[in-house]
Amino acid sequence: MSSHLLEVRDLGVRFHTRAGVVDAVQNVSWHLDRGETLAILGESGSGKSVSASAIMGLIDMPPGEIHSGSITFDGRDMLNLTLAERRQVNGKRIAMIFQDPLAALNPVYSVGSQITESMIVHGVPPTEARKRAVALLDRVAIPEPERRFHEYPHQFSGGQRQRVMLAAAIAMQPDVLIADEPTSALDVTVQAEILKLLKTLQAETGMGILMITHDLGVVTEVADRVIVMRRGEVVEQGALSRVLTAPERPYTRQLLDAVPGRHGFAAREDRAKTETLLEVKNLSKFYGVTSGIMHTLTGREIRALNDVSLTLTKGEVLGIVGESGSGKSTLVNTLLGLTTPSQGEVLYRGQTMLSGDNRAMSKIRRNIQVVFQDPTASLNPRMSVRRIIAEPWAVHKGVLPRAQWRGRVAELLEQVGLSPDHADRYPHQFSGGQRQRIAIARALALQPEIIICDEAVSALDVSVQAQVIQLLKRLRQDHGLSYLFVAHDLPVVQDFADRVAVMQGGRIVETGRTEDIFERPEHPYTQKLLDSRPAEERERSRRKEIPA
Amino acid sequence: MGFYLRQRTIQSAISLLGLIVLVFFLARLTGNPADLFLPADTPQAIRDEYAARHGFDQPVIVQFGAYLMDLLRLDFGESLRDGTPALDYVLAAFPTTLLLSFWAMTISLTIAIVTGSVAAWHPGGVFDRIASLISLTGASIPNFWIAIVGVLVFSVWMRVLPTSGTGTPWHWILPVAVLFIRPCGVLVQVVRSSMLAAFASPYVKTARARGVRERAVIFVHALRNAMLPIITVAGDQAAGMINGAVIAETIFGFPGIGKLLIDAIMFRDFAVIQAAVMITAIAIFILNIGIDLLYSMLDPRVRHG
Repeated sequence: MSSHLLEVRDLGVRFHTRAGVVDAVQNVSWHLDRGETLAILGESGSGKSVSASAIMGLIDMPPGEIHSGSITFDGRDMLNLTLAERRQVNGKRIAMIFQDPLAALNPVYSVGSQITESMIVHGVPPTEARKRAVALLDRVAIPEPERRFHEYPHQFSGGQRQRVMLAAAIAMQPDVLIADEPTSALDVTVQAEILKLLKTLQAETGMGILMITHDLGVVTEVADRVIVMRRGEVVEQGALSRVLTAPERPYTRQLLDAVPGRHGFAAREDRAKTETLLEVKNLSKFYGVTSGIMHTLTGREIRALNDVSLTLTKGEVLGIVGESGSGKSTLVNTLLGLTTPSQGEVLYRGQTMLSGDNRAMSKIRRNIQVVFQDPTASLNPRMSVRRIIAEPWAVHKGVLPRAQWRGRVAELLEQVGLSPDHADRYPHQFSGGQRQRIAIARALALQPEIIICDEAVSALDVSVQAQVIQLLKRLRQDHGLSYLFVAHDLPVVQDFADRVAVMQGGRIVETGRTEDIFERPEHPYTQKLLDSRPAEERERSRRKEIPA
Repeated sequence: MGFYLRQRTIQSAISLLGLIVLVFFLARLTGNPADLFLPADTPQAIRDEYAARHGFDQPVIVQFGAYLMDLLRLDFGESLRDGTPALDYVLAAFPTTLLLSFWAMTISLTIAIVTGSVAAWHPGGVFDRIASLISLTGASIPNFWIAIVGVLVFSVWMRVLPTSGTGTPWHWILPVAVLFIRPCGVLVQVVRSSMLAAFASPYVKTARARGVRERAVIFVHALRNAMLPIITVAGDQAAGMINGAVIAETIFGFPGIGKLLIDAIMFRDFAVIQAAVMITAIAIFILNIGIDLLYSMLDPRVRHG
């Protein structure tokens, strides 16, 4: 028998689907001991979560099938447990937290009852469980635990929900905690707090942590050892420092290389002389709070945008960084004409973009196109790629005669690195990165001067993210495009943006050249954002690598 | 909650007012009741007198005003046929329909929750396929067809069930069947899909990872969440029972509000039509408020939203 606390050996899992047998993981082996943190790093589809699900018995069989290998925990064969034995392990000796705490908490029960449940099912008397649950809430730093015990998941913030999940998970003092992308849905500042809490709890209880993530930053922050997975197989594993500094496999190297913010700052030209394209002056958007059947205004208002001013010059990339609720989406919607601002002015080449003259506006707006976050949602699944890209010409009549659409679509597809043969396919036949390329081709169709990238790379895996940014850079060179690059985290803008505006609570709290923002942040919030980046990234930007 | 109830009551009252206007004028579009009640060769003088006695000689708008004033005193007017207060007719018929709907709804929900949950347990399995086929058929069959075929098979050929009347429990079987089959078919599908969604949800996964018993996973975690859409659709179906009741009661000679309504329309008995429609509407408003309350009991997000 092995001497490790938890050991996975030669695990092979496949799924029987209509399209045939899909191998989810093959020959996966790893082990975890008390007090250590093992990270499984992989992009989507790498099978990084599968071994954890197999440990917890969460793979639906059928369609799933564990066809080879073994999992032992504390000398016990985990793949041949009865249901009763399984319940003695799950939640008691091995606990698990998931990516989206709002979905993982049952919306119709109070958080208190969900924490006590994890104790009551393992035999703790209800009154005792209740007492301990309040103490646990206190332990994970939920203020006023007595009162909040009775509240429901929707009354907590994202970070607090994950704290509640943690409280339930550590209630029985498990030997192993499996954390499946625990911070991916959270803002960076919140992520830093949760990771810190995890480490503290580990130091107190000596539990082993299995951290499953796609985020190299998280890995460097918490892991002792790391496993890199790709397409269901382990590519490389070893001590964190060794993998980071001397990766053995090309894929690991490629993955490390793709992480944004590694390449110093974008090479800049002097833009003082170039023309101003977009000017936003004192833009504000207030939402009134209504109440009653007639929805009368209460006099209170929510300031989604508060006195925001910025400029964008030709060929420039302006990064706009802010966490959820910072007002960046409202800003984008206003620029796209989807929201009418309460006050302020938006000028495109000196002309107002806010007049009521729809025909004139349509002509101006043609020059500003957008690429959204989720290409799966922003591309109509029932339209072929050709129709998707040609749609702007159908809307803005007279830009391009119909006879030339076919040829132009082919050209655009080539420009974004796809093949012209792809024109007759449908969005679901493409990968996430390819779909985002289609969205970019559509944005280019009207030959705009400005492209607004609204979290355009946030949903993509890092290696794909790097490729898309590379494409955006090339398009800027070829077409002199300007970008308004909206993002929720800093590293992505670091090596792409010329200037950065940091937003918080509807205001721009700091604007400046990217280097200045990263190296000499003035506003406390910018400093906090930068400090929230995982350690390795902070270290890197301190080293100030020379751009390749 | 008090605020919410007050708000809903005001909204319901406004809707009710709209309904009064609609029913009052639509009923009068069917023609002059004097043509139905009096023989064809009745002299004009008697016709005029009949019209004057019931106020039909006044302009319609004046009749409407008078009707509204009476309503404020809860006076729904008298039946044209025998002068009995319309409300008495309606209140006598109402409990029968209520009981009919209650049984139909209870049976529907019980069958639907059990069948739908079991079907969702193994989606694509044998039970699921059979349940889906039967429920889809049930949801698609027009209820008048069920009624006629039911009478033909059980009353005419097999002679086991009575064709009309309310005397014994046997009398209730066919009318209840006509009412419950359609809603039951719809509800099975809703239960199945909402249970499927609940089973696939991360909170069910979390509960399993916590070591919660499978039975508790289903009944504590999944079902309560799945109940929310089920209640919405069940409420809709319950409100729609009045449509089914009109058909079932007419075919089986059941003295409920559906039959009363049809008879009143045949005779252009305006006061009874109006009273029946309004009492039904009020019942549906109460039903909806009840559903909202139930909803907020089950879902804290509604309570605090």
